[in-house]
Amino acid sequence: MEGLRLDIVTPDSVVVSTDVDYVGACGIDGQFGLMPQHAPLVSALKIGEVYYRRGSSTTWVFVSGGFAQITDNKVTILVESAELADNIDVERAERAKHRAEERLTHPSADVDVPRAQLALSRAIARISVARR
Amino acid sequence: MPSLKDVKLQITGVGKTKQITRAMGMVASAKLRGAQNRIERFRPYAEKFHEILDDIAGRTQDAAHPLLQVRSHPKTAVIILVTSDRGLCGGFNASLVSTALSLAQSREKEGMVVRFICVGRKGRDAIRKTPYEILRFYGDVMGSFGFSLAAGLGRLVAELYETGDADEVHMVFSEFASVARQIPVSMRLLPVSAAGGAAEGEKAQAECLYEPEVDTLLAELLPRYVNVQIYRGLLDNSASENASRMASMDNATRNCDELINSLTLLYNKTRQAAITNELIDIVGGANAQQSQ
Repeated sequence: MEGLRLDIVTPDSVVVSTDVDYVGACGIDGQFGLMPQHAPLVSALKIGEVYYRRGSSTTWVFVSGGFAQITDNKVTILVESAELADNIDVERAERAKHRAEERLTHPSADVDVPRAQLALSRAIARISVARR
Repeated sequence: MPSLKDVKLQITGVGKTKQITRAMGMVASAKLRGAQNRIERFRPYAEKFHEILDDIAGRTQDAAHPLLQVRSHPKTAVIILVTSDRGLCGGFNASLVSTALSLAQSREKEGMVVRFICVGRKGRDAIRKTPYEILRFYGDVMGSFGFSLAAGLGRLVAELYETGDADEVHMVFSEFASVARQIPVSMRLLPVSAAGGAAEGEKAQAECLYEPEVDTLLAELLPRYVNVQIYRGLLDNSASENASRMASMDNATRNCDELINSLTLLYNKTRQAAITNELIDIVGGANAQQSQ
């Protein structure tokens, strides 16, 4: 059976470029999975995780801010940042989480609430991907 | 004729300057390579992004999104001026500032109030001397910046645009054409100029699913498109800055070489003259003794 070609591209590098059997991602309207022969699709992604399976091994990737596109068995995930689960700095994410929580529980005039919420959800997603 | 010691001192002085300029040139060329690599790494993202955007823009009605609408009576304009933080890079900053100022004047002639956002210290220093207001200044960022800088700038100008504080947003930066050529350019960021490839894309479009629907997707894509444009400008600018600095430092090193050559010639001449004088003295003395 033909496989899928997966590219995860960020402004600074191509994070993943490999052949896979299955890709799972969190779209804005909910989770979806991509298998070979999928119809062409463009979807906006939530801050969260993308995973792909090759044989019996599954790899998890943290992604934030972007899109997924599939055409002709080629999956391109276009995001502002992407980190493989092994490369995530959990301590840093924990710190970012505390900082964001601090800001949200004690909002002062100079706190940008939507920004803090985004930072919090990024930190939570990073931690959950790293724990996979 | 200057004294031997003075010339010697001058030669050492110029030699030290040459060491510095050569080191700066080498640093700039290393940084240039880094910046070129980043442009190279950014290319796949930018290309894919344009592909998706063109595809989606071709499927929506024109001016479906506020960021696409050209306002009929623009009153305010914001110019993002990207320069370097430090000098010693030839006419790099001066040409950027003059491009920005001529753009500002042309906007003013059309009755707009022009304000600036400065990235890089040199640009801010120049705009300070003009009557234009500086909204925001980003200093010491060109050394190491990531996509988040572009995203921050993008969010700022999108906010200004949406609240009506800016009816037009332009960006002035130096386009990196080659190591020997950098062109100061101005680019309109907002309103976003409609993607051109819609007509020819028509036949290539396969039936495709969109999640969420196209209009919402476009609303997600456009602000990011602005970020992509800004990031490209920043990357180009940092490559241009280093190329320009490398060229001017190479020039300076060459000038030092020339100066050292001519000073060495002068030194040798002076030394020869001193020897000749001494010889004349000795011979004169000997002759005087003989004739006695």
